[in-house]
Amino acid sequence: MEITSDTHSQHISRQFNHELEELKTHLMAMGGLVEKQVQDAVSALLDGDSELAERVVDNDRAVNDMQIKIDDECTRVLARRQPAASDLRLVLAVIRAASDLERIGDEASKIARNAIDLVESNSGSKGFVEVRNISEHVRRMVRDSLTSFARFDTELALEVMQEDDRVDSEYQSAMRSLMTFMMEDARSISPVLGIMWVLRALERIGDHANNLAEYVIYLVKGLDIRHTDPDDLDQDMINSPKT
Amino acid sequence: MEFAREKASLDIQGLTLSYAGKPALKDLTLRIPRNKVTAFIGPSGCGKSTLLRSLNRLHDLNEDVTREGSIHLEGHDIHDPRVSVAELRRRVGMVFQAPNPFPMSIYENVAFGLRLQGRMSKRRIDDVVEWALKSAALWDEVKGRLRASAWSLSGGQQQRLVIARTLAVEPEVLLLDEPASALDPISTLKIEELIRTLKPHLTLVLVTHNMQQAARVSDYTAYLHNGELVEYGPTDTLFTHPRLRRTENYITGRMVG
Repeated sequence: MEITSDTHSQHISRQFNHELEELKTHLMAMGGLVEKQVQDAVSALLDGDSELAERVVDNDRAVNDMQIKIDDECTRVLARRQPAASDLRLVLAVIRAASDLERIGDEASKIARNAIDLVESNSGSKGFVEVRNISEHVRRMVRDSLTSFARFDTELALEVMQEDDRVDSEYQSAMRSLMTFMMEDARSISPVLGIMWVLRALERIGDHANNLAEYVIYLVKGLDIRHTDPDDLDQDMINSPKT
Repeated sequence: MEFAREKASLDIQGLTLSYAGKPALKDLTLRIPRNKVTAFIGPSGCGKSTLLRSLNRLHDLNEDVTREGSIHLEGHDIHDPRVSVAELRRRVGMVFQAPNPFPMSIYENVAFGLRLQGRMSKRRIDDVVEWALKSAALWDEVKGRLRASAWSLSGGQQQRLVIARTLAVEPEVLLLDEPASALDPISTLKIEELIRTLKPHLTLVLVTHNMQQAARVSDYTAYLHNGELVEYGPTDTLFTHPRLRRTENYITGRMVG
């Protein structure tokens, strides 16, 4: 049975409705902060703004605190409500999503730390084009995965998963061109390595957004599609009408 | 969900049952698998107890009850005129919500059914009583006072005594109608653990209002509503992603819309 975004507000117990609503609200708040962290980390790098980068590193603690708070709330709901079916799937999806958001936060803070190093070494803008390009894709993935979670939108979740394939191939080709830079000019090795770490972090953020999209499918459809090749997914099953 | 006929202990086909012309069960078809626990859940008046009682013909004496369809136990029609109802009820035992031990000793309660069955040596009866009390996980608590009145036991112990009394005549199916709803949580867990340990020996069918209990102990769950079988499937599936919205609404406590 497929569910919709208002499925969790139809319980006889209004208190239970409220608790589940709070879980979603807090996850979205965490998502908003994490999205901003990624955006700020990339801007700090591209604009050479080390103050902004410092703020991103500091803010990571707030992201971690939000994860702990969400986990606590989920534990309480499990212990007191023993949720079943779509309620259970919501709680599990929120726990998993919070964990992936926290990891995205970690990656943002890695990008910010690399930005600080790159600003200090004043090493020019080699690889910035690739960073700008991939970061735009990845930020859209994060945004869309959060939107699909908020709206229980499986079609948008599938788009995120397809986007992840494109990011992976862009990442591969960016790595190849950065390798060429390093071979051409040995002095560029250190800054280009920094950029490679940044791209690696962006690619990982894409993977986490992909995970978020998978949880949306699980939440709405009850299908666990982790470790499934997107090409092998039965699109009809995922997009089947409600029963 | 369909079980192969040979895996089913009970095979219910097109069962319709009416009280004074009002249908309480509507054309139910389901098979209950052998050596598994099957739970019937649903709101009050959905027909789950009526269905359970049909399985050992407890409606026979009620003249207002009319029936269509069939129930087969191990391939044999339980309504066949050649079937003895007493023998059917030996094979399909039943335990009710409130423990109902007889006003006699613990020992005599368990021996009662054996004595009804006819001659059996004192030693043989002793053996069966001990075996039944052990099977019902009660032996260690009562072995020193078998001659004490059954009424001296706690509610949970009385319920296990009733289960021992049922087990003594070696049934193939055990029907449990809200067996733990009058018990405290610890006694409830003992009954649930007992249900699990009995599974290799017989087929269990459980009616319960307690959804978590159905989720904890059953292998398969049938959800009934207004005398209809709404959804029947593996308990794991029913409690994580039920197929139908009606089932989801019931097990998660939503307004029925």
